[in-house]
Amino acid sequence: MNILLLWFHKLGSPPTFYRLAGLLLPWCYGIGLVLGLVALYGGLVLAPRDYQQGDAYRIIFVHVPTAWMSLFAYAFMAANAFIALVWHIKLSEILAIASAPIGAAFTLIALVTGALWGKPMWGTWWTWDARLTSELVLLFLYLGVIGLNAAIEDRRQAARAAGFLALVGIVNLPIVHFSVNWWNTLHQGSTVRLMGPSKIDAAMVWPLLLMALATHIWFFGSVLMRARIALLQLEGGKDWVRRVALDEGAGND
Amino acid sequence: MTPGSTPAACAALLRRDLTLVWRRRGDAFNPLLFALIVVALFPLALGPEPEQLRRIAAGIVFVALLLAGLLALDTLFRSDYEDGSLEQLVLSPHPLSLLLACKIGVHWLTTALPLIVLAPLLGELLHLPGEVRGVLVVALLLATPLLSLIGAVCVALTVGMHRSGMLLALLVLPLYVPILIFGAGACNAAQAGLPSLAPLLWLAAALVLALVLAPLACAAALRISIS
Amino acid sequence: MPVFDETHARPALLEARALAFARNDEPIFGPLDFTLSAGEVVLMEGDNGAGKTTLLRVLSGLLAPTSGEIRLHGEPLTLARLSPQVVLLSHQGGLKLELTALENLRFAAGLVGQRKGMSPPSALTAVGLDGYGDVPVRQLSAGQKKRVALARVLLAPVALWLLDEPYANLDRSGIELVNRLLERHAHDGGAALITSHGAYAYTSGAPRRIALHDAQRAAMTLPTGAMA
Repeated sequence: MNILLLWFHKLGSPPTFYRLAGLLLPWCYGIGLVLGLVALYGGLVLAPRDYQQGDAYRIIFVHVPTAWMSLFAYAFMAANAFIALVWHIKLSEILAIASAPIGAAFTLIALVTGALWGKPMWGTWWTWDARLTSELVLLFLYLGVIGLNAAIEDRRQAARAAGFLALVGIVNLPIVHFSVNWWNTLHQGSTVRLMGPSKIDAAMVWPLLLMALATHIWFFGSVLMRARIALLQLEGGKDWVRRVALDEGAGND
Repeated sequence: MTPGSTPAACAALLRRDLTLVWRRRGDAFNPLLFALIVVALFPLALGPEPEQLRRIAAGIVFVALLLAGLLALDTLFRSDYEDGSLEQLVLSPHPLSLLLACKIGVHWLTTALPLIVLAPLLGELLHLPGEVRGVLVVALLLATPLLSLIGAVCVALTVGMHRSGMLLALLVLPLYVPILIFGAGACNAAQAGLPSLAPLLWLAAALVLALVLAPLACAAALRISIS
Repeated sequence: MPVFDETHARPALLEARALAFARNDEPIFGPLDFTLSAGEVVLMEGDNGAGKTTLLRVLSGLLAPTSGEIRLHGEPLTLARLSPQVVLLSHQGGLKLELTALENLRFAAGLVGQRKGMSPPSALTAVGLDGYGDVPVRQLSAGQKKRVALARVLLAPVALWLLDEPYANLDRSGIELVNRLLERHAHDGGAALITSHGAYAYTSGAPRRIALHDAQRAAMTLPTGAMA
């Protein structure tokens, strides 16, 4: 237990994290990119055509993993916000705030690909489908966190306030989802269920799961990248940042 | 030295806030006027056909009241923050969440309750069927305290900012989605001749939860943003 | 375990150790060490921007210090332990302009209680505002508003006063009034920490002075033996 705490403490110290994140970063981006490309090849080339939707369904290899990521990133953000608020750990504040724009980007991609998919399927770019509506509310929640963080001068206070909002949001998110589902059944009608009970080919499954893995790894790479930059900004006056600046400046010469 | 008791502190706060509202009673009409104007805009935009208006009346009234409540939210802590009395509340030896609950209560009583009284009239302007009127009022009685409580948490987060209006809307409105869905949904269900009890009960359950949790969250948020 | 101040053989009312505050990595004040014992008035002097107001907010528990610690009666300070013992006079004053002076004081008394033998009207008399009780604060002058705010401080049943610029806006008799109130409070076993940017001096008595010069190097000009 003590060793674990010590390990956390050491990992949480900004210089250690900065160095470690710098080591992990290329691997995250590299592996994420390679896995993503393999998954895309599997999804766009190897997987068979859907007997109902033709080739149009292939957008799920982007749409579904990003939609999962939009939720995962929010959960990651809220978990870090919780740690930051309860134990006042600076690194968790940074990680929470760093994951907000990335999660928002995944949400946006999920919404746009959903709309692109909707055009051939439903004949319209947008339909007030329960999932799409929930996803839209999720995007607003992300934007609220980002906006609140940007509006407060003091960086740490901003992170705490935005993190608090993220926590309020995660309490609200299941309620939103539930209420939107209820609303959707009340106003049922034109919507088509996207992921019906139709049997799904194994050749479709592995690219989907691989893509989900790739987006996770890419997400962590992006979070580490943003967190590193935020750390440098937050701790600009500290000695270790000066050393980093000197080292990296020397390396570039 | 005689420290005050918590009930006395709550009573003092209630009396002060009610007195303040009374001294600025002209301001109390603003949300009412706003809701009235917003409702009046819809027939102008959509045309005066009673059939069409009747279909969407409940939803419009709900949205108009929600927006009026949103505008009124800004006043919840603003003057207390500016004149420094919010610090006194935080530094008082009583549970901050309880004091904030009193403030939210007064705010609801003086901004939301008049809007609820106005709601049947607004419904009449949009030809809302008479049998829906009761459901609308009940739904509003359950929904508006929820709006005030959840809104207060977001106001607490933005209290130190100079111009927080747009940001506050961005923070609050996504959180209002379920309340709007169940509140307006109950009215729509009643209008369609369907049972409307279930969404009302969901609202009531959420209200009970929010009554307990929102003041605590509000106090925590205020402590963050006052620092 | 409480740490005892050697000179008094009991823990100081308030003790700061290596107390520092920074915003966005820019130091606002500190590191700062000082003690404040019962029966003492400490004057915190510093130019504009030296961090006096921030220091008071940190000491009142509204802001968490970036580093260092504050001890209250020898134990770590928390808002819950501090709040029954402290009153903060910030530069906003904490008065409602729409309410009368008496209504403001009655609210304050309801919120935190009132000192034994004192009531809102008698507090108003003590600050020289007899007869102004029913005047809305909006109609009072800046100096009179300050006096109402001081009446609120006087009324609070607490030992520790944290006063931010109590002399600001006051005329000569007002400054003397503040000094008189501080002396009596110290005499009754209370303690006060007041800030000033130096234009108004604490004339009577011999308060300890702490100079809050520069955020990087806050020096203490403290005649250690003088207050024993």
